[in-house]
Amino acid sequence: MIDVKNLEKSFNGVEVLKGINETIEKGEKVVIVGPSGSGKSTFLRCLNLLEVPTGGEIWFEGINITDKKCNINKLREKMGMVFQQFNLFNHLTVKKNITLAPVKLKRKTQEEADEVAMELLKRIGLADKADAYPAQLSGGQKQRIAIIRALAMNPDVMLFDEPTSALDPEMVGEVLELMKQLALEGMTMVVVTHEMGFAREVGTRVLFMDEGQILEQNTPEQFFANPKNPRLQDFLSKVL
Amino acid sequence: MLESLKNNLVQALIVEDRYLLLLQGLKNTLIITFFALMLGLAIGLLVAIIKVAGANNKKFKPLSWLADIYLTVIRGTPVVVQLIIISGSIMVATDNKILVAVVAFGINSGAYVAEIMRAGIMSVDIGQTEAGRSLGLPAGMTLRSIVLPQAIKNILPSLGNEFITLLKETSVAGYVAIRDLTKAGNNIFSRTFNITPMYIVALVYLVLVIILTWLQRKLERRLAQSDRR
Repeated sequence: MIDVKNLEKSFNGVEVLKGINETIEKGEKVVIVGPSGSGKSTFLRCLNLLEVPTGGEIWFEGINITDKKCNINKLREKMGMVFQQFNLFNHLTVKKNITLAPVKLKRKTQEEADEVAMELLKRIGLADKADAYPAQLSGGQKQRIAIIRALAMNPDVMLFDEPTSALDPEMVGEVLELMKQLALEGMTMVVVTHEMGFAREVGTRVLFMDEGQILEQNTPEQFFANPKNPRLQDFLSKVL
Repeated sequence: MLESLKNNLVQALIVEDRYLLLLQGLKNTLIITFFALMLGLAIGLLVAIIKVAGANNKKFKPLSWLADIYLTVIRGTPVVVQLIIISGSIMVATDNKILVAVVAFGINSGAYVAEIMRAGIMSVDIGQTEAGRSLGLPAGMTLRSIVLPQAIKNILPSLGNEFITLLKETSVAGYVAIRDLTKAGNNIFSRTFNITPMYIVALVYLVLVIILTWLQRKLERRLAQSDRR
């Protein structure tokens, strides 16, 4: 589904990604872990071109999205993204947050979009917050709404950029629970996280990144039980 | 004393139907201010977008330089001088002096509005744009439906300030033979050697500014709806 070929990214001459090759298949739940500054968020943000790569290619569903002629907006409709800081639209109600993109992009009428939004809100138990503004919600509620906002576009893949890192500890659970449900429903997911429990339980494959490279990858069982790279062994000894 | 106040008012307003002169002046002031405001907002928004785009995208660099020249020249010279130059050379063939004033004050106000708008756009967290773009919204749509509404809310006090300044600045329109409110009052003053009409003019400006301030507060409160916790 996603093919990454020799991906490179530099910021002002500093190499953040040093040639990454990776293939993500439909239905996989790929979890990316690694120390701060290892390039894992940059890698994820390159996948939907929020960061424009300085080298290499990214293919999504058979289309080279790093090609200048490619209409990235159309492809982003199929790639949902969830941010560390939630990034709900502060000036809009919860329901409007969810319906804005489907309506503006003429995928649905306002009525159809409203209906879908209410269904999604019911599913996460926040139907009573439909007319609330983001400022009135807790962090966990905001992040769950950010997730269903992305789902309202019916994406083929969901990208999660440290979705629980800005949350109070007692709210991490509700967000991970929703992500777990998505995984069970077969959503293709790429997740950058520090939640090792989630990686172990939900991931089908875990990648370890450091200094702009993927140093090791394996099934969660092998990844945590038999780390081979010394950097990974060191990393795991600190976080587990 | 009451008697002399009454005499002054009669002389300023009633004799020779002078109140009509003031009303005509007020009408001109309001027309110039309103359309200059609209022109200023349009120019300001355009220049602000060019400047923001120029900071992120090499393709907009040349346009961004043009915008910088505009800002420097307009903010670096007095509005009266700009008005006289536009009236006396660039638009010298235009008979409609009100139009000349609208253009001059609009171009002038646009420079100040541009800087206010630019600050407003920059004040909206980049995450808002990223979230919009990640949902597949094109850049223009993201700017229109996500960034600008939040930016406008943040800059409403400065924008209101600019409008009040603009209203009062139009009082120099008399320099190019436009009879605005100030000029009308001054005309009566020089005919009658009675200062009362200028007090009336001052009072009218004051009332207009108070109304503008009130409208601004009202709008601010309405836009602050999403801030309530």
